[in-house]
Amino acid sequence: MTETLLSIENLHVQFKIYEGRLSVLNGIQMTVHTGERVGLVGEAGCGKTTSMKCVLKILPSPPGEITAGKILFHGRDILTMGTREMQHIRGSGISMIFQDPTAALNPVFTIGDQLTSVIKYGSRESLSKKEIYARAVGVLREVQLPDPERIFNNYPIQLSGGMRQRVSVAMALATEPELLIADEPTTSLDVTIQDQVLRLLNGLVEQHETSVIFITHSLGVVREMADWVYVMYAGNIIEGARKEELFANPLHPYTHGLMNALPKLTGGGIAEGIPGRIPEYINPPSGCRFHPRCPQAMKQCSESLPPVIHTSDDHDVACFQYGGEDYE
Amino acid sequence: MIMVHNTLLKRRLESLKKNWYKFSKNPVSVLGLFFVLAVSFVAIFAPYISPYPMHAGRYVNFVEASETPSLKHLCGTDVFGRDILSRIFFGFRYSLMMGAVVLSLVVVPGVVLGLVAGYYRGTWIDTVIMRVTDVFLAVPPLILALAICSVLTPSVFHAMMAVSLMWWPWYTRLVYGLSSSLRNEFFVQAAEVTGASRSHILFREILPNCVSSIFTKMSLDMGWVILIGSSLSFVGLGAQPPTPDLGTMVADGAKYLPDQWWIAIFPALAIMITVLGFNLIGDGFRDLFALEDI
Amino acid sequence: MSSKLLGVDKLQKFFITSQGTVRAVDQVSFSIMEGETLGLVGESGSGKSTVAYTVVGLHSPTSGKITFEDRDISKSVSKRPKELKKSIQIVFQDPGTSLNSRRTIQQILELPLKVHHLGNSRDRKERVVELLERVELPADYMYKSPHSLGGGERQMVAIARALATGPKLIILDEPTSALDVSIQAKIINMLIKFQEEMNLSYLFITHDLSLMRNVATRVAIMYLGKICEVAETSEFFASPIHPYTKMLLSSIPVVSEEEEAMKPAKITSEGEIPSPVNVPPGCGFHTRCTVVAGGICSQEIPEMLEVEPGHFVRCHLYPSPLPVDSIAKE
Repeated sequence: MTETLLSIENLHVQFKIYEGRLSVLNGIQMTVHTGERVGLVGEAGCGKTTSMKCVLKILPSPPGEITAGKILFHGRDILTMGTREMQHIRGSGISMIFQDPTAALNPVFTIGDQLTSVIKYGSRESLSKKEIYARAVGVLREVQLPDPERIFNNYPIQLSGGMRQRVSVAMALATEPELLIADEPTTSLDVTIQDQVLRLLNGLVEQHETSVIFITHSLGVVREMADWVYVMYAGNIIEGARKEELFANPLHPYTHGLMNALPKLTGGGIAEGIPGRIPEYINPPSGCRFHPRCPQAMKQCSESLPPVIHTSDDHDVACFQYGGEDYE
Repeated sequence: MIMVHNTLLKRRLESLKKNWYKFSKNPVSVLGLFFVLAVSFVAIFAPYISPYPMHAGRYVNFVEASETPSLKHLCGTDVFGRDILSRIFFGFRYSLMMGAVVLSLVVVPGVVLGLVAGYYRGTWIDTVIMRVTDVFLAVPPLILALAICSVLTPSVFHAMMAVSLMWWPWYTRLVYGLSSSLRNEFFVQAAEVTGASRSHILFREILPNCVSSIFTKMSLDMGWVILIGSSLSFVGLGAQPPTPDLGTMVADGAKYLPDQWWIAIFPALAIMITVLGFNLIGDGFRDLFALEDI
Repeated sequence: MSSKLLGVDKLQKFFITSQGTVRAVDQVSFSIMEGETLGLVGESGSGKSTVAYTVVGLHSPTSGKITFEDRDISKSVSKRPKELKKSIQIVFQDPGTSLNSRRTIQQILELPLKVHHLGNSRDRKERVVELLERVELPADYMYKSPHSLGGGERQMVAIARALATGPKLIILDEPTSALDVSIQAKIINMLIKFQEEMNLSYLFITHDLSLMRNVATRVAIMYLGKICEVAETSEFFASPIHPYTKMLLSSIPVVSEEEEAMKPAKITSEGEIPSPVNVPPGCGFHTRCTVVAGGICSQEIPEMLEVEPGHFVRCHLYPSPLPVDSIAKE
């Protein structure tokens, strides 16, 4: 029986800058169930990393500010939690892997030092030094690093990019989190190494029954990694569907455009990308933020934000074409 | 034509407003700016706004000597009967001049040498420039200044020369580090591929990226140079009497502490405000030159 | 019949570092014809970027020859004739640092014009407007600074800069790797259009094989400083021969069933890519190869041989009756 692990409800985030306020997140909704792998796809600047930073409460503030919404973890609103409670959640509740493993690892400490700190401060129970060491080496072995005891004593600079990312994965899983957030973990890796790391993640996630939110701009990667996919555009989640359903039947015009613009291995040239540019967040388009670029835009689209329509159990979309004002 | 100028002016104005916004995010820097502007204003208009401008030169009036601060003499008078406030006003002139002259002598050669050494890092040019720099850096600044000033006749001018001589290497060091790392950035390589001249690359591509650090250092240095100048005067090797130099005033007044405290304390406060002002601006400069990411 | 524009013959570029000699480019030979796009594919340590930088002159070759329009240009950019710098240009990978954020777009685009004395100040300004229009950017962008532009727009400015002097060969080092899919589509289509209009040749470097499929006329794949396989694009993807090519192709994530079907059978790679400081003896790929031909793979470096017409492979599994020293002969 899968329960809802994380639920983001109507999250609004603004950034204050010289020119005014940027409306970066415009009311996003998202759910993650236990043991589920959720993909969050979107182009640069759409707000995917910002939304995940809110989940871990590491949004730089100022200039960032959560102006509305709730983030429920096991039913409790994270945004109202105090620092102490939040520290419990970070680590054994929710953990994160970042895009650049070189930046995520402190160059002046050994892997072992960093791993033991993570385990010591992030675990639910208190462990003895021996237990911590055993768990550290164990988790390094789990991520298929050769000779884990030696790696324990190495510095990040002595490892390759792929190995560093495995260490990041190890650090994130060492505290046995219920939810793992992976922010573009394979983007900076070579294709063959990316393949290895993705397979590793899939294996570990299955083994530990961890839920994952996998952020990426690559539809190809999400197809290999996710059970359920959310597509984000300019601060809104515009489509969410079971993976197979999304690729077989993309509903939102933006998702369509995105899939079309991908270069295909089968050749045939690249279709013209979606015309126009990503909107400015200082003065975003009214209503549906995609409407200025949408080939199927209707009058309604510039007047109000389309609600999320449940077209089937496996497919939600935020687009007036599928209902909204006059839906059922 | 006028339309073009309008938009150019508008853009310059917008840019100025934005720069002020960035600088003023740090209220402490604004305070520093206020101090610096106040001191500069006083220094420039000293002859017009001092209550007793003649007291800044040869003047003696033993009747009014060593008077406590009062409405007539806001900072009191010294042992010669000279109004201390007026002498402070004129003293600012020497301090600011010291800072301005030394920096203007030092910054250009120091920066140019650093740019060149950094660009040619790894070659003999780098080695020659940086080892010479190292030699100058190895000598303690105040000692060298003392040595030079004691050999030549002590004067403000010689003090400035001495300080300049050991100040330039710091700029070379600073810019060397920046230049050698910027040298490998893609935009520099793009300019090389295009065929741009060496001087274009050094001064138009690399230098603009060093400006932030240079200005920050300059503002902090103003404070240091003024202090060193005051120290030299304090030991008698800078400005000679009756020149109203702040350092000399502190030196002369120190003998009379703690009874006639005002003779030393007010000039010392004046030095402090000046140096503090420049230091605080330095922070603001860093924010001012930062590039926004959005 | 298009003529040969660029010839690279047994190019080697080694770097001496504290860890040893990095054999970044080791006996690489290829040629680019007028109007064609040669794609260079590889992972880290393959040497593809080093090849690009050596061709454009940012490195001087350790040995080997580079010819442009039959002139020997095997030297660093500071020793090359100024004329040449108009004809060969480069677009870098990182739009963030390939434009100087302390200069305006106008200054950036005018630089090549100034350096080569192309017109007076008014002519230059007109040309800047023209270049911006070409890459579909508004003319008033010229007053802006790069940091207020998005990644895609910066890259378009970088392309405009490369086009400013009317070059014949442009080297594109992962021009769209840092960009989103829809911007990538726009830029690639623009590049293809320019190639047709101006008969440009491209040396196109990327690790994205799906992109390569749609951009290149011929594809060469590199591993640890050597070219493993070269073929015309459709041939390269339809019948890859070298085990590394097959491994790479089988690892790429794709979005449709048809594409899945195109991929060779999954070859899972184990282990890390060796560092170019420590190139394995014999065939550099043998440590990760799943179909090792035998002892010879760890002892002898295989020759580059023409296995099918126009299809060259460097692998002990494929001897051929047509030994070819250098593809430059084509």
